[in-house]
Amino acid sequence: MAAPMLRWGCRGRRWAFARVDGGSCHRRGAPTGSTSNQIRGESSVAQQPLHTAQKTRKGEHKWAAVVGLEIHAQISSNSKLFSGSQVRFSAPPNSLVSFFDASLPGTLPVLNRRCVEAAVMTGLALNCHINKKSLFDRKHYFYADLPAGYQITQQRLPIAVNGSLIYGVCAGKKQSQVIPKTVRIKQIQLEQDSGKSLHDNLRSQTLIDLNRAGVGLLEVVLEPDMSCGEEAATAVRELQLILQALGTSQANMAEGQLRVDANISVHHPGEPLGVRTEVKNLNSIRFLAKAIDYEIQRQINELENGGEILNETRSFHHKLGCTMSMRDKEGKQDYRFMPEPNLPPLVLYDATSLPAGADPQQVINIDQIRETLPELPSVTREKLVQQYGMLLEHSFTLLVMDVKNRNPRAINKLIGLVRKATQSRADPVMIKEILEKKLSL
Amino acid sequence: MLGRSLREVSAALKQGQITPTELCQKCLSLIKKTKFLNAYITVSEEVALKQAEESEKRYKNGQSLGDLDGIPIAVKDNFSTSGIETTCASNMLKGYIPPYNATVVQKLLDQGALLMGKTNLDEFAMGSGSTDGVFGPVKNPWSYSKQYREKRKQNPHSENEDSDWLITGGSSGGSAAAVSAFTCYAALGSDTGGSTRNPAAHCGLVGFKPSYGLVSRHGLIPLVNSMDVPGILTRCVNDAAIVLGALAGPDPRDSTTVHEPISKPFMLPSLADVSKLCIGIPKEYLVPELSSEVQSLWSKAADLFESEGAKVIEVSLPHTSYSIVCYHVLCTSEVASNMARFDGLQYGHRCDIDVSTEAMYAATRREGFNDVVRGRILSGNFFLLKENYENYFVKAQKVRRLIANDFVNAFNSGVDVLLTPTTLSEAVPYLEFIKEDNRTRSAQDDIFTQAVNMAGLPAVSIPVALSNQGLPIGLQFIGRAFCDQQLLTVAKWFEKQVQFPVIQLQELMDDCSAVLENEKLASVSLKQ
Repeated sequence: MAAPMLRWGCRGRRWAFARVDGGSCHRRGAPTGSTSNQIRGESSVAQQPLHTAQKTRKGEHKWAAVVGLEIHAQISSNSKLFSGSQVRFSAPPNSLVSFFDASLPGTLPVLNRRCVEAAVMTGLALNCHINKKSLFDRKHYFYADLPAGYQITQQRLPIAVNGSLIYGVCAGKKQSQVIPKTVRIKQIQLEQDSGKSLHDNLRSQTLIDLNRAGVGLLEVVLEPDMSCGEEAATAVRELQLILQALGTSQANMAEGQLRVDANISVHHPGEPLGVRTEVKNLNSIRFLAKAIDYEIQRQINELENGGEILNETRSFHHKLGCTMSMRDKEGKQDYRFMPEPNLPPLVLYDATSLPAGADPQQVINIDQIRETLPELPSVTREKLVQQYGMLLEHSFTLLVMDVKNRNPRAINKLIGLVRKATQSRADPVMIKEILEKKLSL
Repeated sequence: MLGRSLREVSAALKQGQITPTELCQKCLSLIKKTKFLNAYITVSEEVALKQAEESEKRYKNGQSLGDLDGIPIAVKDNFSTSGIETTCASNMLKGYIPPYNATVVQKLLDQGALLMGKTNLDEFAMGSGSTDGVFGPVKNPWSYSKQYREKRKQNPHSENEDSDWLITGGSSGGSAAAVSAFTCYAALGSDTGGSTRNPAAHCGLVGFKPSYGLVSRHGLIPLVNSMDVPGILTRCVNDAAIVLGALAGPDPRDSTTVHEPISKPFMLPSLADVSKLCIGIPKEYLVPELSSEVQSLWSKAADLFESEGAKVIEVSLPHTSYSIVCYHVLCTSEVASNMARFDGLQYGHRCDIDVSTEAMYAATRREGFNDVVRGRILSGNFFLLKENYENYFVKAQKVRRLIANDFVNAFNSGVDVLLTPTTLSEAVPYLEFIKEDNRTRSAQDDIFTQAVNMAGLPAVSIPVALSNQGLPIGLQFIGRAFCDQQLLTVAKWFEKQVQFPVIQLQELMDDCSAVLENEKLASVSLKQ
């Protein structure tokens, strides 16, 4: 049915939905080997779906995995979060560094309006409550790529809280049913990115590039409502689409504009949650899914063999296909959070609270931003289904297409396949319009 | 000419009685003569002369920039000055040459002021004596004044007259000494817990602390971001007002500045009478450690206002006794945070160790900071630990709010201005001062001044009279937030009433060579 088209359209690409059926919870056609986690899913919209390991030994308990994500998205803006230096990828090292970025003594942060707007837009798109007052804090740790010795973030009171992200999971016979799953969004906060360290082991030195230091980030915290690599990958993919549709972040993982850390634990259903580990440095959707599934299986194996799980940070080594403990973190870090004294509370307004005669350059109106939000992927998909008679799962695929890929041959081929798949119900002209409109974003 | 007020000199420049270059050279010459005071860390001779030249051109063309054009000023060495070394009197920043000017420095330069140099301070502005910087302590010019020397002759001490030289107070001691010794007409200090007002009182100067948010902190190397302000040291209130007029105003580079309207030019009206004024005397400031002389002057000042028709009432600031401890927690916490950037990577001192980043950080910071700084960093980090944060930092913030409310309540009860001592006593000899450590001294000396920083209010120390020892004693006025103009107006009236004597340093000029000899001995006794 839909299978050939899907595979062609998305070879090596991110998928917009996960397959949850009697088969395996991993990408069809991609080799998984021993790192795969054969988990059967239930077609439900439960917040915390239960999964059972297919390969259960006789008499063993079932396992449930719990996955939460911390996603850092670089804000698409001309200048950095607190200083006027430019934001650009691949510039010569240390060419985009202001005095503030280099932490020269006496320099002070000045908040970038565009970054705040990006945070509000993203919060609204993710159904969050936007805090009319939010605060900035300092998070202290010593590292060469953090010139000030602290990062400015929002720990006490972030700009947006309590939202949700809906992603689509394919289920049922022949993948024809798409089941929406929801992951709760704990919060979205504004924070600074750090510089980059390049370790030159040959010469026993580390090279520091501060171009990225101070770039604005949106940290989006996803509650542990996911249960396997595919769900996490799907959720991330949907978030990418949303951010790209909003224009608030290009969310390109390969360029480091989107970084994901996963918090993973396993437990027996009905029992308390297990000890969680944090897996960092996942810089592609594929590795994200792989790493999570590996870690889940590792934890299960460890516990089944009578071991214990340490509350630690691990990094994913994609060549080996496994996670390894990051030994340089001795014990838990105390970040000594402190309010950022150089930034007053960030106050946002809406139509009712906007002070009369306020300078529009100096205030942000949440309602105004809400009115000017671009069309979100879920709405586009809905349109495709309602107005163009497309099947829901096809709408997912269309929106998955990388906006950078403007290959006309591919588009035509895709149109042909859609027509074929929809038994010519969808008008090719309309499909082309949609594709071109989508690609011109 | 050097003894004149800013306003007078400015008039003289406009009238051509003296040229900026002549003025500049006189000051430079005096700076050289008074080098033993150790007031300056860097003397920017070339820069100043060049600025003087440009100023002269402007005056010739009748295009002077204003009251500050061609006026020599000095800047405390914790303000960033482009192209001029800025050390904060610390090994950590020795050789650090900033690429930008602090906003307040830029504003002064834009008005045509001549930058004579960067003045000495306690390391990173931590201290109340200007004794703990790496370039040595600053000597109070009053140590060499006729007024003090004559009194000393009556009580002969050691034969070596210079071993009993007095501290300037701190931490802006270098700026105070520079102005007091006539090497410049105004100097920038900083005030976090009294660092401008304290040395002003000890050196017989006007030391003004503006409202927090009135003057930009961009470029002021921070001690406590939520309490620091640039301070102004001058020989009279009018001069301070002129400088404030140039500096006050919002700065987009400093998000803590406010858009309060200030009338420009900043003119101080002359108060005809004070009958409409209400002066508040905080009863908690009458502490046992207060010297009888200061107390007596305080009392006389209150009487003066009353006799001239003002209403003088006692007020209560009930949380005063907690302010030292509260200040200590908040100050050290912010210090621990602000000092985290000094790791030797981008600028400043870097040690030779390159085994690992951690080792490098540790050695750099151990070498770069003195004990005082390191002590505060350790304390601050302790208070910021997760398990301590609520009990220390948050509690201190709450107490801070209570202290600030005390002032609000006092002002709401009809008080216009509070009158308090600035210091516990007159300046003490250096050898006596160093008998106690920095922390103890700071806790003692800041007692009247630091609550003001916690509340963000404007305050000014005015020199009132000489002590029995012939040394200056100052009193402090505290005003409502952003009522700096009113505060200075009252201060100006009071200044006129008390007619504080001018320091007599002629002997100093004559005795220069003799003192230079003795200076060698004094500088040996540096701590650690």
